[in-house]
Amino acid sequence: MSASKRSGGASPLWQIRTAIDPRHYWVLALCGLVAPLLGWSIASSLDGVDKVFLPGPADVLARMWTWASEDGLPADVAISTWRVVAGWALSAAIALPLGLFIGSYRSVQALLEPLTDFIRYMPAVAFIPLVMLWVGIEEGSKIAIIFIGTFFQMVLMVAEDVRRVPLAQIEAAQTMGASRGEILEKVIVPSAKPALLDTLRVTMGWAWTYLVVAELVAANSGLGYAVLKAQRFLQTDKIFAGILLIGLIGLVIDQGFRLAHRKAFPYLAGRH
Amino acid sequence: MTASIEIRDAFKTFGHGPRAIQALEKASLDIRPNEFVTFVGASGCGKSTLLRMIGGLESLTSGSITVNGQPIAGPGVDRAMVFQHYSLYPWLTVADNIRFCRQLKAHTRDRTSADVEKASGRADALIRLMGLSHVAHAYPNQLSGGMQQRVAIARALMSRPPILLMDEPFGALDAQTREVMHDLIRHVHRIEGSTIVFVTHDVEEAIYLGQRIVLMAPRPGRIDTLYDVPLPAERHQDMKLAPEFLGLKREILDRIRETSGMKTDLEQLARLSAEAAELEA
Repeated sequence: MSASKRSGGASPLWQIRTAIDPRHYWVLALCGLVAPLLGWSIASSLDGVDKVFLPGPADVLARMWTWASEDGLPADVAISTWRVVAGWALSAAIALPLGLFIGSYRSVQALLEPLTDFIRYMPAVAFIPLVMLWVGIEEGSKIAIIFIGTFFQMVLMVAEDVRRVPLAQIEAAQTMGASRGEILEKVIVPSAKPALLDTLRVTMGWAWTYLVVAELVAANSGLGYAVLKAQRFLQTDKIFAGILLIGLIGLVIDQGFRLAHRKAFPYLAGRH
Repeated sequence: MTASIEIRDAFKTFGHGPRAIQALEKASLDIRPNEFVTFVGASGCGKSTLLRMIGGLESLTSGSITVNGQPIAGPGVDRAMVFQHYSLYPWLTVADNIRFCRQLKAHTRDRTSADVEKASGRADALIRLMGLSHVAHAYPNQLSGGMQQRVAIARALMSRPPILLMDEPFGALDAQTREVMHDLIRHVHRIEGSTIVFVTHDVEEAIYLGQRIVLMAPRPGRIDTLYDVPLPAERHQDMKLAPEFLGLKREILDRIRETSGMKTDLEQLARLSAEAAELEA
């Protein structure tokens, strides 16, 4: 290959920012996933390692099976997914228009951005007592925690996405006689869409990380709650199972977003 | 369609107080209907600022700019603009980019079915004129830089603007593509009849395209000298080697070096290398 010729025979795997063989890529990716699993499996089977301290992959799989067949795993997954998606969707419903205006108008930016910047540094977990006081301990409170955890970051990211729309695109529309409303609707929104979908994907991931926190509040169902309860009973295998499941659901949703991104914006593919 | 532009004592200051920058000082210029004028000069001479002021994208600190005697107030459909890059809409195909202005209220008032038909004919004609027929349904990302600029020019021409403002439109293109674009834009000027104001830092480009050259100088940005280009209206690439072309090129380059402080830089460089040679001897 020309790359190896250029570097005098050194492996292209170690060339900075150089493309590698797709087969090599997949082998390495697989190793990256299998090696920790293997390490975990070996570590848990060593003599003197207590199952309570470190359950093996087989124990965790077995626990997942009993959880699914006897302990209502589908219901836990459903209620947790509902809470995450509801909190996240509520954030998006407010953050998208608000971010659009912060990113488009300096006056709105001056009014709202410093405040948002300030609030986002406040720990969402610390709001739990206030949420219980104001929202109560029903479903609303769990959604509220996820909302607080994602909303303020999301607004700022949306505003940044909007600000990254090239000025030339906006000015070209102005010289064609576009009104302010038309520039927002026909230039800024469509131009920022791919970045906005990426922001929604990333913030969805953050929403999942707030699930366990949200289910600290008087929950009696859900994946986060199950992990917390397992902790109380020292069911380490169930803690593992819960964490892995949350990770897995997050990964599936993330890939779904990526697929949607490719399908929705074919024009980004570029010249080959 | 065409129009005249009158610039009177235009000043532009960026910022306030002691940190204010004088971007343009007392610029006055008359541009005739259907004229092709090029602005050339070193960076910081205010050529882009003046162009953007004509386009209504920059306000005047003082002075006035009128088009056919009417003072300008912000951007308008009578002054289309072509930017150096990033101005196309990547989510629209080439044809939809060119037709973009048809979605805007400013272009759809009192529209009859005959108008709609005329507009669609206009878009097709521009696609053919700019040599874009084979990529009409491609997205801008799939095109080379030169093809992208053809789309940008076609889009600007769509509404038959009397004035076409071009801000270093070929600055990012390679030399060969640029030559093709030069002949293309001259052809456009001939058949569309619009007034064209073209900003560039490339002296050869300024001479080859312009009927008149406005040389601008920096610190503070100002209009320095006006040159009439002594070439016939019909131009071809060979003229770039004609004595009158080269003579004007030398004259303008000298003046740019003088006004931009480059001359003193070059003299200093010569002095330094002379000193170095002495030390070695």
